[in-house]
Amino acid sequence: MSSRLSLRGFLALSALRTVNSLSRGTGRGSGTVAGGRVGLAIYPKLLNDLSKNRQVILVSGTNGKTTTTALCVAGWGDKVCSNATGANMPAGHVAALSGSSSPHVVLETDEAWLPVALEATNPRVVVLLNLSRDQLDRATEVRSIAERWRSALSKTAHDLVVVANANDPLVVYASESAKNIRWCNIETPWTSDAVSCPKCTQSIVRTSGSWSCVCGFTKPGCVASVSGSEVRIDNETVQTSLSIPGQFNVGNAAMAATALDVLNVDPSKSLTSMKSVTAIAGRFAVRTWQGRKIHMLLAKNPAGFDALLQSLSPGTDDVWIAINARIADGKDPSWLYDVSFEQLRGRKVWCLGERRLDLSTRLDYANVTYEVVNDLNSLPKTSDTTELLANYTAFSDWMQRTTA
Amino acid sequence: MKIALIYPELLGTYGDYGNALALSQRSTRRGIDVDVMNVSITDELPDADLYLLGGGEDGPQRLAADLLKKSSLKQRVANGAHVFAVCAGLQILGTSFCVEGNDAYEGLSLVDVETTRGSVRSVGELLSQVGENKMVGFENHGGVTTLSPGIEPLGTVLHGRGNNGHFDGFVTETIWATYAHGPVLAMNPWLCDEVIAKVTGNNLTPLKTAADQLYAERVTSLSSR
Repeated sequence: MSSRLSLRGFLALSALRTVNSLSRGTGRGSGTVAGGRVGLAIYPKLLNDLSKNRQVILVSGTNGKTTTTALCVAGWGDKVCSNATGANMPAGHVAALSGSSSPHVVLETDEAWLPVALEATNPRVVVLLNLSRDQLDRATEVRSIAERWRSALSKTAHDLVVVANANDPLVVYASESAKNIRWCNIETPWTSDAVSCPKCTQSIVRTSGSWSCVCGFTKPGCVASVSGSEVRIDNETVQTSLSIPGQFNVGNAAMAATALDVLNVDPSKSLTSMKSVTAIAGRFAVRTWQGRKIHMLLAKNPAGFDALLQSLSPGTDDVWIAINARIADGKDPSWLYDVSFEQLRGRKVWCLGERRLDLSTRLDYANVTYEVVNDLNSLPKTSDTTELLANYTAFSDWMQRTTA
Repeated sequence: MKIALIYPELLGTYGDYGNALALSQRSTRRGIDVDVMNVSITDELPDADLYLLGGGEDGPQRLAADLLKKSSLKQRVANGAHVFAVCAGLQILGTSFCVEGNDAYEGLSLVDVETTRGSVRSVGELLSQVGENKMVGFENHGGVTTLSPGIEPLGTVLHGRGNNGHFDGFVTETIWATYAHGPVLAMNPWLCDEVIAKVTGNNLTPLKTAADQLYAERVTSLSSR
């Protein structure tokens, strides 16, 4: 790896490794975000140097980044360098790259940092999943993210391939400035952030399977598509059998396979390998708590929540929902009114987390049966697996509470 | 009661459907008939007793203002219709507001108030004193709103920024406006009931809902900061 580095880069990397060795709980060879920060402070171009002569895939979007990154890694095969812990800003990228010399790299990238990562890592492929409202109190409104992506992608070279979701008008607007695009026809039920056209603000008209605006902005033709559990890329059709639930994950897998196809990994091979992904940092895992089996589902924003609610198996089962509003969650829980909780009518929801009263108020107005849980010991015992939906820090709390 | 939710595709960024939902639920549970109409940007403004305006980003806010200037809203308010507006909706009702930089954009001039761009964004929980009650909510905007003499603010800010750090929103005989966005009426049951009572002319029977507990918790939490 030293052949990629300048002298300053080498010094920065030495300092980074010292920090890593001082950070407790670090396995051999794995990088840390603290180390990444130190490395970047000494040598701001460290990410550029560490990315040289490697094939890099960047994955960004509001929802599904971590999962799609894991699917790309599994589909690519052995020894792929990735920021598997979800540290998705430059310090996390440096940490991942310094911990592995693999020529194959997949980096989950925070939406706001995508322009920086594009410039620094010179990727071969960038996967753009979707854009929707998320943590509006601390992040920029979603249309300005689309503008920044568009501007950054317009400056990229022809050999960068953008794999982008054609059903999300904001993603299409952001991506179309790139020179080489592979559009994917991925089921995208959340439309509330692109009801008005990102180009001219007139209404976007949706017909079955397509969308367009009077200004001429319209859904582009696709090279990849999903139908049920079937993925078609160019003329090849592959039947998938993923271990993780939800139609949205078939879409994520299709985009991952389309990205890998650019790097000459055959879709039938990559999609088969993706079956090995069972849980990602606890997401989709079944864990144990006080003799109960808990199905851990992470949803951080309205689009993610809606997708998970739709993936719940039909029935009158209990659902546990945990909501916090700490800084990492966004301190404004108003978004609960953008989630169609009405579809939970007929089930019973147990309201958990620090903002359980915001949740119970929302459910009451939705005429959904609920119970506010002030004491966890009052939760019902059941032999069935309980579905737990939680937002970011609430999910972390439940990861700590439960065991594998 | 006929409620028109104005251009939710433009003014619906921050859970703004929550206000329509709370109004309709708190009315129907008391036996008051409610019809909530979603008014899309291609629709003519329908006849309604109460028009709801939500929050939105800069471009959509400008388009909503243009459409409303051409619409019958001003005439309908003059004829006695009510308006409940939050955030960008509040700014649109005034004489001018700022989007995309510091250029002033012409508002509806329904109320003599003016919004300029503040030096920092106002983001966080809002607590204000509205008459005898406290109002809780969340604000996220870049505006500083100045009321002309004679225009009454809706509340006095106890925590947060509102119009200018001192007052929040404004209130007239038929209009309520606040910077607390989205589900402010869901979180403040007394305010929601006040709006229903005023618009329908009914004396409302007391109603217990989950929101009572949430409201009490937020008031206690914010009052102690």
